[in-house]
Amino acid sequence: MAVKDYIRERFFPHIWCPGCGHGIVLNGLIRAVEKLGVQKNEIVMVSGIGCSARIAGYLDFHTMHTLHGRALGFATGIKLSRPELKVIVPMGDGDALAIGGNHFIHAARRNIDMTAIVMNNRIYGMTGGQYSPLSGYGILASTAPYTSVDQSFDIVQLAAAAGATFVARTTAYHIQQMIELLQEAILHKGFSVVEVMSQCPTYFGRRNREGDAVAMLKHMQKITTPIGSKAKAEHPELIERGVFVRKELPEYCEAYDTIIRRAKEGK
Amino acid sequence: MSDNIRFVQGNEACVEGALYAGLEFFAGYPITPSTEIAEQLSSRLPKIGGKFIQMEDEIASMCAIVGASLTGRKVMTATSGPGFSLKQEALGYAIMAEIPCVIVNVQRGGPSTGIPTHVHQGDVNQARWGTHGDHAIIVFTASNHQDVFAMTVEAFNIAETYRTPVVLLFDEVVGHMRERLVLPQPGEIPIVERLRTSVPQGVNYHPYLPREDGRLPMSDFGAFHRYNVTGLFHDMWGFPSDDHEVVHDLLRHLMDKIENRTNQLAKFKEFYTEDAEVLLISYGSTARSARDLVEQRRRRGESFGLLELLTLWPFPNDLVRKKAANAKYVVVAEMNTGQVCQSVRLAVDQPERVFLANRIDGEFISPDDIHKTVRLIRGKGV
Repeated sequence: MAVKDYIRERFFPHIWCPGCGHGIVLNGLIRAVEKLGVQKNEIVMVSGIGCSARIAGYLDFHTMHTLHGRALGFATGIKLSRPELKVIVPMGDGDALAIGGNHFIHAARRNIDMTAIVMNNRIYGMTGGQYSPLSGYGILASTAPYTSVDQSFDIVQLAAAAGATFVARTTAYHIQQMIELLQEAILHKGFSVVEVMSQCPTYFGRRNREGDAVAMLKHMQKITTPIGSKAKAEHPELIERGVFVRKELPEYCEAYDTIIRRAKEGK
Repeated sequence: MSDNIRFVQGNEACVEGALYAGLEFFAGYPITPSTEIAEQLSSRLPKIGGKFIQMEDEIASMCAIVGASLTGRKVMTATSGPGFSLKQEALGYAIMAEIPCVIVNVQRGGPSTGIPTHVHQGDVNQARWGTHGDHAIIVFTASNHQDVFAMTVEAFNIAETYRTPVVLLFDEVVGHMRERLVLPQPGEIPIVERLRTSVPQGVNYHPYLPREDGRLPMSDFGAFHRYNVTGLFHDMWGFPSDDHEVVHDLLRHLMDKIENRTNQLAKFKEFYTEDAEVLLISYGSTARSARDLVEQRRRRGESFGLLELLTLWPFPNDLVRKKAANAKYVVVAEMNTGQVCQSVRLAVDQPERVFLANRIDGEFISPDDIHKTVRLIRGKGV
């Protein structure tokens, strides 16, 4: 199937700013699904609120645009009702980890089979550039005019500690790696998390003097390195990309099926 | 004893009603005094292949049932005061996206943590206006276990018929009290299944294009029609729109599909209302004391009557106005500071004849409590 067959052209043009990294994620996601050959009817995409959340409506899957932070709650209901469906949950960094932080760690703990994509641009874009829990210390934002004094989360460490059984990180610059990681995450049986570092030139880039979209993409190339690379050993401040966690644990819906069997047998 | 007779709590009667109606999915979070509903369903649902999940919080529980409903399941959650507050945003989502679901609120005293193990009826107006924005909603209640069962079945039927959340507003006394429940035979009470689209595969399906009767046939997530669902104002495709006509028409549709059916939705019971000089209006556990008082006074030849409301919202204005027309005194008995009393005053022709008999200390209101107020109103002293 061609890439355009996955898109609802009726709803274009999209709302994202020129240079936004979210379009690259959309592109990478379509290519991952296309390579996997998953049928469109088998995919449910559940998003929250924010720039990232709009990704769902543009795709020709079963799509649900829900409440800020709550996408994983809705997705859990869908998945547990219909375990045969593939559930993909694209979220922003504020969406997934500020207002939705509780749902994020508990979905990971349950190991329910779905793929959470955290499109991390370190800012609340939809509302005009306020600092997020991923902005980090010393960042300028519309609500941090003297720089942010909040420390940030490490999404990968958080997801791993919470029990996610597949955890990976890539960036909007590394599109090939993104496609591969998303494929593996979608195939993974259990709760998978893919952090995609994404650029927001309009709010984050402009205010923090990181240049235009191209400059921000190049910057992401510069500050990241593959897991366990020689560069990481020499420059510990580099952010690693790749698969951090890949393990097997009982998947929630399958585990619940054993409960149903026991309940029916009266044990 | 027949095997369809049970001696149960009201919360269990609600569980029986939900299962009779075809409940398949429940998500919840522990909270007093509704927890028994979750406990019972964690055992009952898997036996019939249904799903129970205890979520991380009240918000996620509400979200999970909405998601499950979209895949074609009959769904419910249960909570009490603080949990009901937390569910309000997602309840509004279900209204906007027109997703059938049933929300049980076994009321306790509030505000805040309040008095968790005692009875109040303070959430009547929250059930109406708890979620933000203009909207309409359906709220049922009941005073005894047979009615808890019947109104729970009705809640599912109405939710599925009109694609809307329905709130079951019970209270701690009804929830925890034990009494007899006769389980109806299968088929005895009609069960409604949601309207599903007949649009064939490959033909455009408009998920949010109402039929002439205002109903919208659904397509389950996972079936061959793929569409978008959103909490934003949306067009017939389910796609976000800020077109003024689209916004106006959708809000009108959401209001009209419920408010235009106020009289059909108005469920009630009446006892000696025809010639009642003192008409009591009550609901929930309070209606038990009100009825007892009416029986007591009738035995003494006094013309007391009771209108027991089973539908609280949309408020049955016409019904209340008609029943109150010939009464000398209308006394609203409830365990709050006058939430239904306020609606009654707006409904009747002579609001100055409407009085409140209440109790708000967490102690169950007795027939005597109500009678004291009636005596005062009639100038007889306490």
